[in-house]
Amino acid sequence: MSGEFFIFIVLSLIAIGGGIMMINLTKVVHMVVALVFTFISIAGIYVMLSAEFIAVVQILIYSGAITIMMLFGIMLTRHNDKSETSGGGFRKFLIFLAILGFGLVFYLGIYQLELGEPSTSLHENNTEQIGIALYSKYIIPFELTSVILLVALIGAIVLAKRDDKEGEERE
Amino acid sequence: MSSVPLSAYLTLAIILFCIGLYGALTKKNTVIVLIAIELMLNAVNINLVAFSKYGMMPSIDGQIFALFAIAVAAAEAAVGLAILIAIYRNRKSVNVDDYNSLKN
Repeated sequence: MSGEFFIFIVLSLIAIGGGIMMINLTKVVHMVVALVFTFISIAGIYVMLSAEFIAVVQILIYSGAITIMMLFGIMLTRHNDKSETSGGGFRKFLIFLAILGFGLVFYLGIYQLELGEPSTSLHENNTEQIGIALYSKYIIPFELTSVILLVALIGAIVLAKRDDKEGEERE
Repeated sequence: MSSVPLSAYLTLAIILFCIGLYGALTKKNTVIVLIAIELMLNAVNINLVAFSKYGMMPSIDGQIFALFAIAVAAAEAAVGLAILIAIYRNRKSVNVDDYNSLKN
């Protein structure tokens, strides 16, 4: 067993363990914190796949920004009640069976998939390669992303802003 | 030295996707449903990055797609939380089962 395989196994176990803990814990804050482990070990997986820039972005965006934003969402709403799962045990069991079947079908499709030789040049100046591709081949999607972020920013503010008229009527 | 095969990464991605799908379908709290959807998007990003290294024609393009997916996922999380705050102000609940005013 090579060192690379060992690191992959450890990172995968942390990622899957974080997900399982998210499913099984009862307090919502603990669930979000359990998912931070998953996100950080996914960043480790990206480093193994010679994508250092995406690993840094993953740590910044997911384990930093999105987790903090979700924690704000929990704190701003009522979070004292335990998050028990919805529906009866039978419904949960049916959902579990359906997802198990889904996963098995896809596993049968991929478990011996091998495509060509792995690339050997992706880790050399990874950020520079991404920058060159982003500003030459993908310049139009890159600019459109800025429009999406602007729309999301304005939309989030408009949605979350307290509507003064409605507030007065209710009070 | 034998490296980790492509199918190992894809298997990890599908396990994480199934966990996220189960969480999104069975959890009651809306914030947890949102973050389970983020977990599913992360699993898809693992697939994109894995194919950018081990795919038929390895190139940087897969990593670029993963970056775009992260950007769109962040925007989606922001708008989803804003909708959650707006609904909570009207219904005083974060329980998914309480959002049933379209039902009857």
